[in-house]
Amino acid sequence: MTHSSRRSFLKAGSGLLIGFSMSDSSIVPRLFAADTAANPAPGKLDSWLRVEKDGTVKVFTGKVEIGMGVWTGLTQVVAEELDVPISRVEMIMGDTAETPDQGGVGGSTSISNGARPIRNAAASGRYVLLQMASAKLGVAADQLQVKDGVVSAKNDASKNISYAALAGGADLNDTLKVSGGGFALNVEGRGKPKDPSTYTVVGQEIPRLDLAPKFLGTAKFITDVRVDGMLHGRVIRPASAGAMVVSVDDSAAKKISGYKQTVAKSNFVGVLADNEWGAVRAAKEVKVTWSNPATVFPEDVYQHIRNTKPKTTRDGVKKGDAAGALASAAKKIEASYEWPFQAHATMGPGCGVADVKPDGVTTIWSGAQKPHALQEGIAQMLQVPKERVRVIWVEDAGSYGRAGYEDTAADAALLSQAAGKPVRVQWSRADMTQWGGKGPPVVVDLAAGLDAQGAVTALQLTSRALSGTEVQPQPSTAGNLLAAQLIGVTNTNVGDEFVQWGGDTANYNFPNIRSTGHIIPALYTSQSPLRTMHLRDPNGPAGTFAGESFMDELAAAANADPIEFRLRYLDDPRAKKALTTAAEHAKWDARPSPKRPAANGDILTGRGVAYALRGGTHVATVAEVEVDRKTGAVRVKKLVCAHDCGLIVNPGAVRGTVMANLVQSTSRVLMEEVTFDRSNVTSIDWKTYPIARWSDIPEVEVILLNHPEAPSSGAGEPSSRPTAAAINNAVFDATGVRFRQAPLTPAKIKAGLQKLA
Amino acid sequence: MRAALKVNGKAHVLNDVDPECPLLYVLRDNLAMHNPRFGCGLGQCGACTVLVNNVPTRSCMLPMARANGREVVTLDGIGTPEHPHPVQTAFIEEQAAQCGYCMNGWVLSAKALLDKHPRPTDEQMRTAFEGLVCRCGSHAGVLNAVRRAAGARRTA
Repeated sequence: MTHSSRRSFLKAGSGLLIGFSMSDSSIVPRLFAADTAANPAPGKLDSWLRVEKDGTVKVFTGKVEIGMGVWTGLTQVVAEELDVPISRVEMIMGDTAETPDQGGVGGSTSISNGARPIRNAAASGRYVLLQMASAKLGVAADQLQVKDGVVSAKNDASKNISYAALAGGADLNDTLKVSGGGFALNVEGRGKPKDPSTYTVVGQEIPRLDLAPKFLGTAKFITDVRVDGMLHGRVIRPASAGAMVVSVDDSAAKKISGYKQTVAKSNFVGVLADNEWGAVRAAKEVKVTWSNPATVFPEDVYQHIRNTKPKTTRDGVKKGDAAGALASAAKKIEASYEWPFQAHATMGPGCGVADVKPDGVTTIWSGAQKPHALQEGIAQMLQVPKERVRVIWVEDAGSYGRAGYEDTAADAALLSQAAGKPVRVQWSRADMTQWGGKGPPVVVDLAAGLDAQGAVTALQLTSRALSGTEVQPQPSTAGNLLAAQLIGVTNTNVGDEFVQWGGDTANYNFPNIRSTGHIIPALYTSQSPLRTMHLRDPNGPAGTFAGESFMDELAAAANADPIEFRLRYLDDPRAKKALTTAAEHAKWDARPSPKRPAANGDILTGRGVAYALRGGTHVATVAEVEVDRKTGAVRVKKLVCAHDCGLIVNPGAVRGTVMANLVQSTSRVLMEEVTFDRSNVTSIDWKTYPIARWSDIPEVEVILLNHPEAPSSGAGEPSSRPTAAAINNAVFDATGVRFRQAPLTPAKIKAGLQKLA
Repeated sequence: MRAALKVNGKAHVLNDVDPECPLLYVLRDNLAMHNPRFGCGLGQCGACTVLVNNVPTRSCMLPMARANGREVVTLDGIGTPEHPHPVQTAFIEEQAAQCGYCMNGWVLSAKALLDKHPRPTDEQMRTAFEGLVCRCGSHAGVLNAVRRAAGARRTA
């Protein structure tokens, strides 16, 4: 069996090219009329890897690179198990016709879960190759060794054969046992992975394979995909939530050079031109009259959240009798914390290319995090069988969750279907910032009881929030996609995500705990610019801003040092180690907060800490801040972060990710808040949705705590989590004023300080 | 209008171009280049940065009427994979990005800064970089790369 028959749709002469690989992204494969493209079966070893004639090992994964180094980490895992050089491993990522469905990327699971089937498949590949070598060389398999893709007898190096000579270009023809699905998809075969204590490639600080080309300008992003005969599209957004198209007049656009047509379908309006500038101009010239807006967004979102009857309520942790212990506590402390709507506001605002053939055969190029789910959503929107849609992932700017690249692809698909030609849609800045993903606002009410000695006897958490999954992270239904909503498809796949003690906060070992989460109905359910979607570490920064700030309130009430106080209620040695390591590197000034503010001078200084546990990863962050008493400005001077994610596959990639996470999460707590009026979002660009700039950036120090004996947990999101509270606690330490609403803008700080004076 | 451009040393003549069309679209669409990149189209982020006479310039805000006749250098024009510019080498050594989509702005601004001020002060760095956006938050790595590039120049 030759590899060309590995997947039935790869027909000779159909014009299809095999593989859109990371190393040769100038290739633009596409489906042609009547082609179909089923997902590769995970139970076949050949669905995961193949040895080429030149010895290259091709690896097929449903994981994709979103700017944190997963491509490199997974390459190391394969190189380790197969004993081939990293340069000989080629990753094919996120192509629904070429790669198994691993649920795409999300939840910081690409290494922790995603590497497992790849590691097991590579180990099984090695097993099969050693069996073949054993037969060829006449040496028992356990007497063979592998170096740089060459198998040789341990006691006679002259007896050797390369992987390429054994199986180059041929199938390995082995079956794997499949379990789980999505992120949890796993396969197990005849080969067992190596003992981590013997690793020589995993754990090494290999430079990220994607980065040099990005500095040299040779990298290609989704924006660089160009298909023969492609038109450029732009979408004209509704004037507000609830606005319906009354009329469309394209007479002025007709004068623009290269203008092709306007596509109007229900409330979806787009323009097409044969050149990009023509599309930009035409989108401005087409006159759309919209009906009156729906007045659906509240003036005060926190008041709205508090006053609205929840649609769903769920109990979280229930330990002991929190209500009873609170009633009999020597001291009772209560506080309420608020976290705003925030935007993904990706650097590249989103780009997608679609080629929808008249018979429904469709190729989509998209940077969306979950290509296999997108295949289903697009197929449903276009009303064609899933096998007729091929989604090919091509890297876009960092997405931090479900930002909107899925919607960009859907825009392109609708326009291509209407035009009968391939269409590239580049979102504008406003398409992304105003109409892209939003993380939900959250209100967290906390109450705790202390006994006479300052020990915590009870903790009660009640959260009220908009669900962060009004649009699910998996775009596997048409209604998930903004374009489909605009043509009248209802989004029926809606999730409830509760903010709970222990899930979104650290889980301190108090004797009595009660946690309850409420979700209120979406502000507006269709084609809303305020629809919520997963934003990096969904609910983590919000919950931990509340939980860890409140923990600091309890420490202050007990007149205890914030780190020593936390250690009293943590049992896990890895949690304690993260806190003590951060303290040591930050030269932590152990004493209760607040510091006695200096009597004079405008600048107050303070330090704060926060701890978080996310998916098995422990993070402790210490912040040092300066607060300008006159202006209320908070300047974060330094962040020290101790990070334990179990076995580290690539320390450089983890360190870079954590460093960036610290900066991004500083931005989120200091300045990020989506603004809106009664019917539309008013954050539309970098001026109206400012994020941290050069002068806002703290010095960062990252300490990685490696645990080769423990499985890898995630590193993509956990260090986003404690920053907000660490900074907020440092502000309290500096000023003696406790702030309970993010972001910590100068106006809020100034008002808080004035209240004190 | 008819416009002439020199891009990375190569001369181009465009016979029929809208004088209001920003240079960005001409580079990407007419000349099929992959650099610079579209970020906002509003001059607010710097993803579309090119060097015009070694001055970092927002190509999304430079209409062809004003770009006509200029010498333009893009990210892939300051070095090659075989012979990277020292600033590119410093960014590679510091692994100074996450997604890297914004790097046209950071690398070219760093190059222009170091050409002008081989030992830039904090204030000179602030002036050079305050107008750039990096949504991933790679600034700390960029700072290390700029310091490394400045140091390499001193010892060279």
